[in-house]
Amino acid sequence: MTLPAPLAAVEVRGLVRSFGALRAVDGLDLRVQPATVLALLGPNGAGKTTTVEVCEGFQRPDAGVVRVLGLDPIADGAELRPRVGVMPQGGGAYPGVRATEMLALVAACAAHPLDVGWLLEMLGLAGVARVPYKRLSGGQQQRLALACALVGRPEVVFLDEPTSGMDPQARRLVWDIITRLRADGVSVLFTTHLMEEAEALADQVVIIDHGRLVAQGSPAELTSAGAQRQLRFGARPGLELDPLCTALPEGCRVSEPRPGGYLVEGLIDPQVMATVTAWCAQQGVFAEDLRVSKRSLEDVFLELTGRELRS
Amino acid sequence: MTTLSPDTFPPGTFAPAPGRGALTRMLLTQARTEFVLTLRNGEQVLLTLLIPLGMLIGLTLLNVVPVPSPRVDHVTPRMLALAVMSTAFTGQAIALGFDRRYGVLKRLAATALPRWSLVAGRMLAVLGVVLVQLVVLGAAALALGWHPELAGMAPAVLLILAGTLAFGALGVLLGGALRAEVVLAVANTVWLALVVAGGIVLAAHALPGPLATIVTALPSGALAEGLHTALVTGTTPWNALVVLLAWAAGAAVLAARTLRLS
Repeated sequence: MTLPAPLAAVEVRGLVRSFGALRAVDGLDLRVQPATVLALLGPNGAGKTTTVEVCEGFQRPDAGVVRVLGLDPIADGAELRPRVGVMPQGGGAYPGVRATEMLALVAACAAHPLDVGWLLEMLGLAGVARVPYKRLSGGQQQRLALACALVGRPEVVFLDEPTSGMDPQARRLVWDIITRLRADGVSVLFTTHLMEEAEALADQVVIIDHGRLVAQGSPAELTSAGAQRQLRFGARPGLELDPLCTALPEGCRVSEPRPGGYLVEGLIDPQVMATVTAWCAQQGVFAEDLRVSKRSLEDVFLELTGRELRS
Repeated sequence: MTTLSPDTFPPGTFAPAPGRGALTRMLLTQARTEFVLTLRNGEQVLLTLLIPLGMLIGLTLLNVVPVPSPRVDHVTPRMLALAVMSTAFTGQAIALGFDRRYGVLKRLAATALPRWSLVAGRMLAVLGVVLVQLVVLGAAALALGWHPELAGMAPAVLLILAGTLAFGALGVLLGGALRAEVVLAVANTVWLALVVAGGIVLAAHALPGPLATIVTALPSGALAEGLHTALVTGTTPWNALVVLLAWAAGAAVLAARTLRLS
């Protein structure tokens, strides 16, 4: 007898959701394993929010199967909702409500909520706890929405664009929280159109466009596949490159694509870097703007769709 | 993969411990929050307290509309009806319209709160505000020399409950289906029309022709005439009670189909 496969935190198979003639989600599959982080990446209008709202039970799929913790988000909604934390995109509080009142209300709906005062403090909202929601900044409203998603100590968390409108410190805080959620055994599905966010946080990245899967895999898989790493530097034009070619390990190529701009392609490791700088010293030139680049998710997306991710 | 800043969130901070809160606690917290928000909102206080209070005093002291003597006994029941309509219908519809716009209903629908209590919590908050209105308007009326018929108190309470249900259901029907700006415009227009020609300020028999008969079938007319009958004569106006409950049932059935979360 074989053991059943561990139940996915979120499973989406063949999801279709249309609005009139527009197929917002068009046959999407994805799977969030327990205690992992999945980033749903795509430009605006790619179908990210629709996908998340179907998982949250706010929209009914036209076709396909959606299961969260093995349950149907609509038919089993009453059983599922206490186990799920939701951060919608924008809004989610009465215009005149104070941050502390809103969080206390959501906390009252949970059996073992986190401490409201502590959570506000952690999210940097203690100073504005008594300020009406409509007078909070966009970033503060976002942090309150995140607090509301977490306060009930859920098993699965859906975060729709959790860092949009946030300053770098607040964004860093959200990154810390997502990292801690995974370490504590919470499964996270978040949407973003920032590739560095997906690369930094996610175990699994699902890239969608026009409601369809474009690519998926770990950030490393997606960015390394077929990618030659590159080292670029600037120096006096017309340097003799043959000696450098000889000194570099096999498989590395050197070229001067534009006058004074040099490119080394291949597996760039510290030894290659040292060889290049030593050679520059021998030539009596200073290597300017020396940098190593690898493919970013942005490059991957551009290659697969011909479109910019941040549209 | 990022590394965690030390000590911000110790291990186990977010360890799952899901579960549904106690039903009464959820419902009462929602009702209390919305009750406090209503009393904190200046426009709502104007609509629900200051206008009925100003009209109670004005119509009692100034001879602008024909009212039998003692004026305060005839004016007060109508102003109680106005208070219920303002809170349960106009105020609630507008608040619901904007709460939907701000994603409040979605937010609450994503918690363990059962769907029916989204509306039940609002109605509880409305009842709380109506209670505050009764105390304030009642005290002001007594100060003006109001002598209600004591035998009419119990039927008056029933009428106010039925009126709150009827106007509350109509408020959910309006505020739960249309865009916030449209709700605002319609709710205020209907309020003004019912105050002037719906049996609130002027008694049904003082209105011209067919309007007099139509008005007693409206929730505004039924509530105002019913409270007037109960508090002036001390009898129970069963027909008004039936009209209000019919409106409540009809609007509730419709609203259950049309209510949208956003």
